[in-house]
Amino acid sequence: MSVDQMVPAGPGLPGGSPVAATAAADGSPWRSAWRSFCRSRLALSGLALLVLLCLLALLAPAIAPQNPYDLAAISILDGLLPPGSENPEGGYFWLGTDAQGRDIVSAILYGLRISLSVGVLSAFAAAAIGASVGLFAAYVGGRVEAVIMRIVDLQLSFPTILVALMILAFLGKGVLNVVLAIVIVEWANYARTARSTMLVERRKEYVEAAVCLAVPTWRIIFRQIMPNCLPPLIVIVTLQVARAIMLEATLSYLGVGVPVTEPSLGLLIANGYQYMLSGQFWMCVYPGVTLVLLVVAINLVGDQLRDVLNPRRQA
Amino acid sequence: MNHAGESAPPESASPVLEIEGLRTSFFTERGETRAVDDVSLQVRRGEVLGLVGESGSGKSMLGFSILGLVDDPGRVVGGSVRLNGVDLVKLSAEGKRRLRGKRIAMIFQDPMMTLNPVLRIDTQMIEAIHAHERMPRAVALERACEALALVGIPDPRARISAYPHQFSGGMRQRVAIAIAMLHQPDLIIADEPTTALDVTIQAQILAQLSTLVRARGLSMIWISHDLSIVSRLADDIAVMYAGRIVEQGRTIDVLERPRHPYTHGLIESVPSRNEPGRRLRQIPGLPPDLTRLPPGCAFRGRCARAQPDCAQRAPPVTTLGDGRALRCFHPVADEREVA
Repeated sequence: MSVDQMVPAGPGLPGGSPVAATAAADGSPWRSAWRSFCRSRLALSGLALLVLLCLLALLAPAIAPQNPYDLAAISILDGLLPPGSENPEGGYFWLGTDAQGRDIVSAILYGLRISLSVGVLSAFAAAAIGASVGLFAAYVGGRVEAVIMRIVDLQLSFPTILVALMILAFLGKGVLNVVLAIVIVEWANYARTARSTMLVERRKEYVEAAVCLAVPTWRIIFRQIMPNCLPPLIVIVTLQVARAIMLEATLSYLGVGVPVTEPSLGLLIANGYQYMLSGQFWMCVYPGVTLVLLVVAINLVGDQLRDVLNPRRQA
Repeated sequence: MNHAGESAPPESASPVLEIEGLRTSFFTERGETRAVDDVSLQVRRGEVLGLVGESGSGKSMLGFSILGLVDDPGRVVGGSVRLNGVDLVKLSAEGKRRLRGKRIAMIFQDPMMTLNPVLRIDTQMIEAIHAHERMPRAVALERACEALALVGIPDPRARISAYPHQFSGGMRQRVAIAIAMLHQPDLIIADEPTTALDVTIQAQILAQLSTLVRARGLSMIWISHDLSIVSRLADDIAVMYAGRIVEQGRTIDVLERPRHPYTHGLIESVPSRNEPGRRLRQIPGLPPDLTRLPPGCAFRGRCARAQPDCAQRAPPVTTLGDGRALRCFHPVADEREVA
């Protein structure tokens, strides 16, 4: 080894191992994952956009110019105004109004609330149910595992949208019904991933060491093994939130999703669609753009998470 | 049937662990495989038993049999394992669970693998304490810090909140040893605990462990394939071959006057024991496949001293003086012979 090779890393040194070394130097695996997440600017802007959209959704009642659900606040005389029109009661309809005179900005903000909560709620509920089933199957093994995993296969072999349509046709419209339908069609994805990670993890020596210390079985599963199974599940949850939002929008567009009284982005698109050909594009396009931004932001974050949390990368 | 300890206990110290005729078998489509076959040994308080053998000789399986952790399709089919007089083989699953980690602890080979990578050291240690004793977190943390100090980790209070990947290999193994020491067990089973470490660290860990064993009156089974390590630490040595103990006795006796041809071969193949420039002697051949052991002595195919009677039946245990036992029809002569 020559002398200049032994000189401590200068600024010109390429990334790779020194970066990994500093990332490993202070603590939590989550913190080092966050650090490598920050390395992609695209993902960071996706995250910023996502945070912004979430804040808008959360603060909708405070920042929306009008309450789109309050029939007293909207006037049919303001119907079908193009973007930028003046509101006789003060202010402007920046993105126009719909046939009932509802402000599109407000409708989008409230619709974002519905879409996001349906997406997040259903993805997390499906993750909780699916992952528990998968972990349980992998831990118990044998015939129980075989039966559970064949049910999972069966579930995954049906087209998602078809099953969701059937469930909603049976249950009827409603926000919670949509959540339920999405959970039913999506849990199997988590079950499959959770099982395969668990099968890998449970053979590792730290599990054996914990067994030798007589740590109770349920604590081994949930405290020792589960945190190690989380990274792939987190990635799936993120991407499934986007999928669930899309699924909800599709179902609402088809008219079996959320009720008219609680319009989501998908329902706004469906309502505005009828006016597309008469040149009143704003009712349909702006909710559509919002939906696209939301899904793209989530997917950018999810993709980067997948790279960061990939176990092969951490070797 | 003779058992090594019964006829001539070398010292009056009471045995912490007494194993008699222990047999562990695996039942597969190819029939019964005897991973541990008729093993008898004992470990006294404050002493270390070195369990030596090649890979696949059943030494780790003996460790798991003592803990009652033999995985399906295997199980302990006979014999007894008495810890302070209590037969572990007859205990219920819950009874075994209560002893495991508390009265018997295990240290594994690879410290990179035995600590959970996503949990901090304090979490893992407190988990191990709470598996057996209810106590407030703060008290448990205090005890964990003491255990870390005991195994020579500097500044345990600061280091305990680190993650495993922030420790070096040697430090991780110290943490693993500290976890094993948490409940001050009667017996520690160490399964090649220094194999994954480099030689200087190995020496430090060995020194630390032998001090701990003597000072705290622990007993330990040190499983290894490395005779030179075992000779530095163990009071007794048991040599395993194909699931059986072929020779056992006090370390000095076994090393200076090996009687079994296999032990003899092992000692001859240790580099430091040979003169410089001389060829190392290796034991010819490979360890036998346990699933299809030939009748008679399992070592006979590789043994220079094998005679026709070795194929007839397996040699029984012969008890010599000084607590030595042997399984061979044609042992090496008592005087140390160097060809």
